[in-house]
Amino acid sequence: MRKLGLLAAALGLTLAACGGTTTTATTGGEGTTAPVAGKSRLNVVKERGKLICGVDGGIPGFSFVDESGKYSGLDVDVCKAVAAAVLGDPEAVEYRRLDSTERFTALAGGEVDMLSRNTTWTINRDTQVGLEFAPTTFYDGQGMMVRKNSGIDGLEDFEGKAVCVETGTTTELNLTDQMRKLGVNFEPVVFQDADAAYAAYDEGRCEGMTSDKSQLVARRSTLPNPDDHILLEVTMSKEPLGPVTVNNDSAWYDVVKWVTFGLFQAEEFGITSANIDTFKGSNDPNIARFLGEEGTLGTDMGLNNDFMYAVVKNVGNYGEIYDRNVGADSQFKLERGQNALWTDGGLMYAPPFR
Amino acid sequence: MAHDSSDRGFDLKAMLRDERFWKIAFQVITLVVVILLLSFFLGNLNRNMIQQGKTFGFGFLRNPAGFSIGESAIKYRPNDPYWRALGVGLGNTLTLVTAGIALTTLVGVAAGIASFSKNWLLYKISRAYVGLVRNIPLLLQLFFWYFAIYGTLPKPENQIHFFDLAYFNNRGVYIPWPGTAVLALLGIAALGVGAIAAYYLWRWRTNIRIDRGTGGLPQTLALASLGLGLLLFLTLGMKWTIPHGVEGGGVTGGLRLSREYVAALSALVFYTSAFVAEIVRAGIQSVTKGQWEAARSLGLQPGLVMRLVVFPQAMRVIIPPMNSEYMNLTKNSSLAFAIAFPEIYSVATTTYNQTGRPVEVFLILMATYLILCLIITLVMNQLNRAVQFKER
Repeated sequence: MRKLGLLAAALGLTLAACGGTTTTATTGGEGTTAPVAGKSRLNVVKERGKLICGVDGGIPGFSFVDESGKYSGLDVDVCKAVAAAVLGDPEAVEYRRLDSTERFTALAGGEVDMLSRNTTWTINRDTQVGLEFAPTTFYDGQGMMVRKNSGIDGLEDFEGKAVCVETGTTTELNLTDQMRKLGVNFEPVVFQDADAAYAAYDEGRCEGMTSDKSQLVARRSTLPNPDDHILLEVTMSKEPLGPVTVNNDSAWYDVVKWVTFGLFQAEEFGITSANIDTFKGSNDPNIARFLGEEGTLGTDMGLNNDFMYAVVKNVGNYGEIYDRNVGADSQFKLERGQNALWTDGGLMYAPPFR
Repeated sequence: MAHDSSDRGFDLKAMLRDERFWKIAFQVITLVVVILLLSFFLGNLNRNMIQQGKTFGFGFLRNPAGFSIGESAIKYRPNDPYWRALGVGLGNTLTLVTAGIALTTLVGVAAGIASFSKNWLLYKISRAYVGLVRNIPLLLQLFFWYFAIYGTLPKPENQIHFFDLAYFNNRGVYIPWPGTAVLALLGIAALGVGAIAAYYLWRWRTNIRIDRGTGGLPQTLALASLGLGLLLFLTLGMKWTIPHGVEGGGVTGGLRLSREYVAALSALVFYTSAFVAEIVRAGIQSVTKGQWEAARSLGLQPGLVMRLVVFPQAMRVIIPPMNSEYMNLTKNSSLAFAIAFPEIYSVATTTYNQTGRPVEVFLILMATYLILCLIITLVMNQLNRAVQFKER
């Protein structure tokens, strides 16, 4: 009898243990944040009254937590824009710091509503990993940071040398591709955590540190002697970075997509957070539609009709976001380059709001 | 009257009192709970996968991996399939775990015995080591070894060396090593076989000397020639390659142990050894005082008391918990991923991240660690049987 009872208890325990791991692997099926079949994320976010946004949290200019615990950066502003559009409040965001390997499972499991976390758009992620990519908010390329006095001028010089890289990123794959193409034997030192990777690079474990160029520039500013490090004149890949939602939820994906496009469109119209009220009652039907004074563009999507007003009023247009976080008004002073509007020779282009 | 209840057919009270009923009922309840839980988890998994438009399958393992791995025991190129990449990870895990278990046993037993030392300093060091290391999380210790110990070694340009035999720099440690992998394995096997042979020869010689009070010369000679043969084989037959420092930094020849590997190994060994030391201490303390006193009254020296009388008896208590320490070490080796050692967990993480197949990859991971732990248990159970009291 007692043996049997013990056996039953043991079985229950093992099962619970197995079950526990299985559910973590599939990232949960219960709790308020889990996806409910047939119900869009949009409704979930509205009911919750808060957007849960997955960010990196360690890259100045993109998403960074300051001493007071406040998040700022280009990626963070995209979260704020979506929150403003859906909930009318740019601060109704809960940020979750995710590392590069956690992010997709966290999204797929419904732990976060969206990612705004320097995620590169690739066909494999789109089709195999099960993600939907909203418009690119930052066109980047993979670069390589080395010490100024290392004597390394290009990737060919990395024969037998070590490169620090963050795991679960496209950079890890691109680096391998590039080195294979050049026939260079290098030693990858792959870290799960970006902080550990930069720390190892800084104390000399690796000759090179590779990542998206914007990230390298941002991270360089946090190294003890930023001036000792340079970026090589090489771009290893195209890295279109933007917000991501999960597959098979068009209603929610549309919201994130069009809020992002709206940021570009506002800049194209010349609408800023400062002057937006002067556009109220505009004679231009395009602007009237954009700001929700005409038509039903917002309500068609399940949002307030003036959702773009709330976005631009609170967060600003794309140009403002860029300048404030990584551009002219920031410490990084990155050129707009590819990230300028299409009208200025860049790649930022929004389809018509009609 | 005695047949009353059974004559009336179904009697609930009698059935509830019947032990046979409960035996079966418990089985049925367990089975139902098992099935319900399983179907709940599988259904949940299925629902989530359908929602994400995925189907369960391991076909992705044949796709090219596309990422490079820093170090590997088997040949690997980035365009090899995922299964091979995972194999490389497993190989790295095994090199870490086997070396870890061997060194942990040495360090742990030494530290455990040292806690009985009459030498005040040795005793204090042993106690302080256990107290300090056992109370700090392993992850912190990994970072400590990686950044604070091996990270402060000089750059390759100013590397330090030990009589030109071993080199140290912040890339790793370079040690002499047999010319080929086959020779290295042969050498280790020869050492193992030699040790076992020597043990039996020694016992044979002791028995003869106890029986006759003299003799045993042939056995002594055999022991000596065995030792000499092994020594010759290990020194001359292994085609040793010795590391050489290169002008301007770097090392050629020898075996390179990457900094990630040595840091992970050091952290695992010193962490687990602290627990092993306590197990050994408990085992030795479990031997009754009378055994110590009896051994001393026979005139045995303190070292012999420990080796011949106390420790063999302590083994009975030591071996079972050692099993779980070895398993802990095996499972904890997955933490080495935090300091960039490409063991199987690290490779698996990259794999599921690139393929978007966490369920399948985690199943592979769980099965791998399960099998490794079962193998350890199997070996330890055999060992346990060997040291138990033999009832005669």
